Amino acid sequence: MQEGIFTIAENHALTGSIMRMKLLGDTEAIQRPGQFVNIRLPDRYLRRPLSVCDVDSMSFSVIYKTVGEGTYYMSTLQKGLRLDILTGLGNGFNLDRAGRNPLLIGGGTGVAPLYYLAKALHRRPAHVTALLGFQNADQAILIKEFEQLCDHVIVTTEDGSLGRRGVVTDVIPEEYSFFYTCGPEAMMEDVYGKTDTDGEFSFEARMGCGFGVCMGCTKRTLLGYKRICRDGPVLEKGELIW
Amino acid sequence: MVNTKIDLCGIPIDNPIIAASGTFGYGYEFAELYDINRLGTFSFKGTTREPRIGNMPPRIAEASAAILNSIGLQNPGIDAVIKEELPKMRAVFRKPVMANVCGFSIADYRYLCERLDKCPEVGWLEVNISCPNVHGGGMAFGTDPRTAAAVTKTVKTVTHKPVIMKLSPNVTDIVEIARTCEDAGADGISLINTILAMRIDVKTRRPVLSNGTGGMSGDAVFPIALRMVYEVAHAVHIPVIGIGGVNSPERVLEMMLAGATAVEVGTASLINPYACWDIVLGLPETMRKYGIEDIRDIIGGAPLA
Repeated sequence: MQEGIFTIAENHALTGSIMRMKLLGDTEAIQRPGQFVNIRLPDRYLRRPLSVCDVDSMSFSVIYKTVGEGTYYMSTLQKGLRLDILTGLGNGFNLDRAGRNPLLIGGGTGVAPLYYLAKALHRRPAHVTALLGFQNADQAILIKEFEQLCDHVIVTTEDGSLGRRGVVTDVIPEEYSFFYTCGPEAMMEDVYGKTDTDGEFSFEARMGCGFGVCMGCTKRTLLGYKRICRDGPVLEKGELIW
Repeated sequence: MVNTKIDLCGIPIDNPIIAASGTFGYGYEFAELYDINRLGTFSFKGTTREPRIGNMPPRIAEASAAILNSIGLQNPGIDAVIKEELPKMRAVFRKPVMANVCGFSIADYRYLCERLDKCPEVGWLEVNISCPNVHGGGMAFGTDPRTAAAVTKTVKTVTHKPVIMKLSPNVTDIVEIARTCEDAGADGISLINTILAMRIDVKTRRPVLSNGTGGMSGDAVFPIALRMVYEVAHAVHIPVIGIGGVNSPERVLEMMLAGATAVEVGTASLINPYACWDIVLGLPETMRKYGIEDIRDIIGGAPLA
């Protein structure tokens, strides 16, 4: 974990209510896909935990959906504003488990951390398939970006307005070495039931601190109580209770 | 050189900054960030007789300059704390620690204090009779002067370590409870625990916290905590630890002027993990700014109105 000041370089809508914020600053603490940052906003007491979607040596970006008053406020923040951010939080995905043909299964804004993961896997000799599920075409994000990195991309929308009609768990292929998933809990529960290999799940939670001391985001697992912020946000399939 | 050393119930500490229970774990997460030995001390996570997972999530909600929590005393239980957490803590913290305990019966409090009395790492026992997030425990003992006195008397029979009773603000008259604890033998009083509060999600029309209510803490509660510390400190003759919304050296001085001998810094650490460190480092300069040479000189310095 590292605390630093970052400057907003971009904060714009990718589609209707889904925003991308790019922040400039020292990204050294961000070491693995699946880790998150905790952003302090002016006039808001609690920090906002968001998965890292992309990172380079001078900047990183996050994706968020304006659902409530807090995220709406975040969407109004202007380029140039400086924010206090904790970076390098959480465990992240384990890339060494990917195998020869890993599967990425993302739903909604849950595709964000999978993009950084796809980028990291792209440098490895793996044949990557991404399954990206959205409510409708207006909510679909990052498809072209995934297509540049993955060998195979399948998009689903619930209303059929883009890609195949249905949900992302309808299109899980028969063969894959390992899977990584992030999205709404109902989707991930479905992934849990419809997959037959090991995999990793990235969870979201209401957090107090984001670094393991307040016990706000505890989840019961087969391996005991885990803090989503510190022992997660990535948990292994084998430890989940569903 | 200004003096920041104080005496807390017979144990000298380097400065009056204590990291508050429930916001500092057992210290080692923070030890990765800075040398936690620079603190006066810290109060470890509220410990119960049995392990507890706490309440169902969500158990964190936000308010203006404040946070609501309904954790419900998640902790590994006294056996694991003594066998596992204290040895790990000892590797990063060399000072006497404050042990925070919470019970569901007077026998629980007695048992916990009896066990911790034998731990050389423990300097003080902070007896939590004020947790608002558990049923039949914690605050249930701290809202009635008779049970508060009974807990105090009982734990005093099983330990020679200083006993600090941690009080709830969710009472009609906190001064009466503080006085009763003093009369029952308490060596110190710490206050305030969190203020009972709630939020409702207008979209779902349900409470945000699955427990319904939670305890409010953070910047916003500071004036309330300060007022209670002021009233209690003027009513008792034992040391008072001021807790609630302390996030700067100035607020440390304010608490001490109100009558606190030391302060606990809690929620500030969740927002800024360096909060305690920043306060410890900033305290001498802030003292000089206000012409304070010895921090002990200002304890209770604000006159009664």
